[in-house]
Amino acid sequence: MGHQTRHQTRPGDEVRLRPPRHRVERRAVAWWTTQASVFALPLPIVFAVLYLFIPPARTWFGWCLVATLVPGLLYMAVMPAWRYRVHRWETTGEAVYAASGWLWQRWRVVPLSRVQTVDMLRGPIQQMYGLSGVTVTTASAAGAVKIKGLDRRTATDLVEHLTQYTQATPGDAT
Amino acid sequence: MTQQTAVDRPVDADPAEPWQRLNARLILVQLSILAAPAASFAGTLLITGGTLNLQALITLGSLLITACVITGISLMRFLTTRYRITGDRIELRSGLLFRSHRSIRLDRIRGVDLTANPVHRVFGLTSVRIGTGDQTSSSRRLSLDGVSKAQGAELRQRLLSRRDAVTGHPSDDDDHTIADLDWAWIRYAPLTIWGVGGVLLGVGTVYRTLHEMRIDPLELGFVKGIEHRYGSVPLWFGVLVTVVILVVIGAVGSTATFTEGWYGYRLEREDGGTLRVLRGLLVTRSVTIEEQRLRGVELGETMLLRWAGGARLNAVASGLGDRDENRKRRMLTPPVPRAEALRVAADVLGESQSPTSAAELTPHPRSALRRRVNRALTATVLISAVPALLGALLWTPLLYVAAACAVVLLPVTLALAHDAYRTLGHGLHGRYLVTRYGTFSHRTVALQREGIIGIGVSRSLFQRRSGLLTLTATTAAGDHKYKVRDVTVTDGLALAEKAVPGLLAPFLEPAGAGSYGGAAASGGAGGAGGGSHGGPIGHGFAGRARSSGHGGHRRRR
Repeated sequence: MGHQTRHQTRPGDEVRLRPPRHRVERRAVAWWTTQASVFALPLPIVFAVLYLFIPPARTWFGWCLVATLVPGLLYMAVMPAWRYRVHRWETTGEAVYAASGWLWQRWRVVPLSRVQTVDMLRGPIQQMYGLSGVTVTTASAAGAVKIKGLDRRTATDLVEHLTQYTQATPGDAT
Repeated sequence: MTQQTAVDRPVDADPAEPWQRLNARLILVQLSILAAPAASFAGTLLITGGTLNLQALITLGSLLITACVITGISLMRFLTTRYRITGDRIELRSGLLFRSHRSIRLDRIRGVDLTANPVHRVFGLTSVRIGTGDQTSSSRRLSLDGVSKAQGAELRQRLLSRRDAVTGHPSDDDDHTIADLDWAWIRYAPLTIWGVGGVLLGVGTVYRTLHEMRIDPLELGFVKGIEHRYGSVPLWFGVLVTVVILVVIGAVGSTATFTEGWYGYRLEREDGGTLRVLRGLLVTRSVTIEEQRLRGVELGETMLLRWAGGARLNAVASGLGDRDENRKRRMLTPPVPRAEALRVAADVLGESQSPTSAAELTPHPRSALRRRVNRALTATVLISAVPALLGALLWTPLLYVAAACAVVLLPVTLALAHDAYRTLGHGLHGRYLVTRYGTFSHRTVALQREGIIGIGVSRSLFQRRSGLLTLTATTAAGDHKYKVRDVTVTDGLALAEKAVPGLLAPFLEPAGAGSYGGAAASGGAGGAGGGSHGGPIGHGFAGRARSSGHGGHRRRR
């Protein structure tokens, strides 16, 4: 399909989701990198130690080291920057709108009238970078909107804003 | 903001209503738990011919102790549990060390289920489970495990009629049956795959149990005999016989399961706007679904069932409990002829025609087919690669196996891919959003649009390259999310906007220059990041007005 059909249809016919208005904090990149390193580095480190201390099996461990280190470093280099380009959020008087992911990207819209709870949470690594996450849940177990990597102040304000709006509107369609 | 939970603080209630207990016969039921370890002890004695090794003794001993503890706890529960209905609440007291006194407002009650397992039924007992709208914690649900049958039925009647009085439902006294068991439906029973799976599961469990006791089932006499006979016939014959035996046992098993589960099946509409499903031979079940909580239906057609023209119908309703419970309780019909399932669907939803068949479903774009064909090819290659790799490294004849694998699998997977593509469809019909999908099992879901409480869009790397998206409608009912897979961006967003008008509109823009996937990067819409705090919140959120006006001018360095 792609370009051919797109150019043939009249403009205005086709729509797409525009990105939400606000980016997350620049610091989130560092946070994601740290998080990625927690997953990606332990295995190569183990192989590196084995490589150093067991000379007879050096070729084996050398290859293992390369095979685990290269994808790990690639992941650490690519994922955070890519996420930073995608992760965005926005609220209006009627809805919360957020985008997340990198290879798999997702956009979520939840009307404020359906919001049940608004939580703020900070994991240990997020705290290191002074970041916070906000989770907005609805009566649907699958419907939570998670906005991560916000500044603490921004997150607090966001929670306040959402709480204000959602308190006013009853009914959650259970 | 947070939903007021169904469990509130107790209030001073009408003192005239006496507290009631569970039935004393419950003690006998609880003691019957001891039957299991006793039976396995006896069974072990029989199999081993009276000799016991230490391992078996330890296993049996620990079983016995566990059973004793369970019985003790259950007895304590019986002794301490009391309940009563007062005014607009039901109150429940239980516990000795951890006392709990809970009261639930009757208008919070979503349904009252009666379940009786065979042991219960021997003693004329039943369990009452009172469902509330609270789905988050199963510990919060109220259940009275072990009241007499008459007591249970009366309690259910009282709870529901009182609730209707409290909530002011019309009580129009026209209980009518929507569907009744037709024994001709039993022809569909062998087509449900559970039979074969159940047999394998049973064999596996027996094997593991014996293995735990250090008894190798493969060394037992009659197993040896079978093994010996297998050795004396050609391999293909052995395989054929095994398959036939499995299929026969599976068919018998699923027919038995059908009979147990659906004996005495009746779906009825009761006064006060509830649907009630009654069924079961050994375990009798009675599931109540409030029509107000019914958000739609799901028509399920597994492959074999579909070929025989059958289908089953599930309710998409909230308040049926967590995932597992929902799966057990949502069933509205057994496997029945498709037309019957559609008739029931229409009746249950109060429509003239089931939206699952009345809706004109829009087929999905060809690129959705391409994705499915790619998956078919990938699956074929991956499966054939195993013998091919082994053949190349170890034993050359395996290469023929690999080739045969590919030749056989390719048409099958391609047929499945085309079938999956043809199944894809979406549409709107009146109050309903209808979506159809599935490879082995086709599902058609009709979901009430007012039940949708959120919209999600997800796109994988490949979907972004082929201009597709997967739309997710989240809801409080049923599976909590229903997907429309692989639609074009424009179609998907238009569908979402039509299903829930106004929700997505502020976030849409005409597709102009720039690729969709990279939009987040190219847009550079004013960053919330850094310095200016308090900025993003509370400043001009009239999304619609500004939706096209954002540019890259506030981009951070």
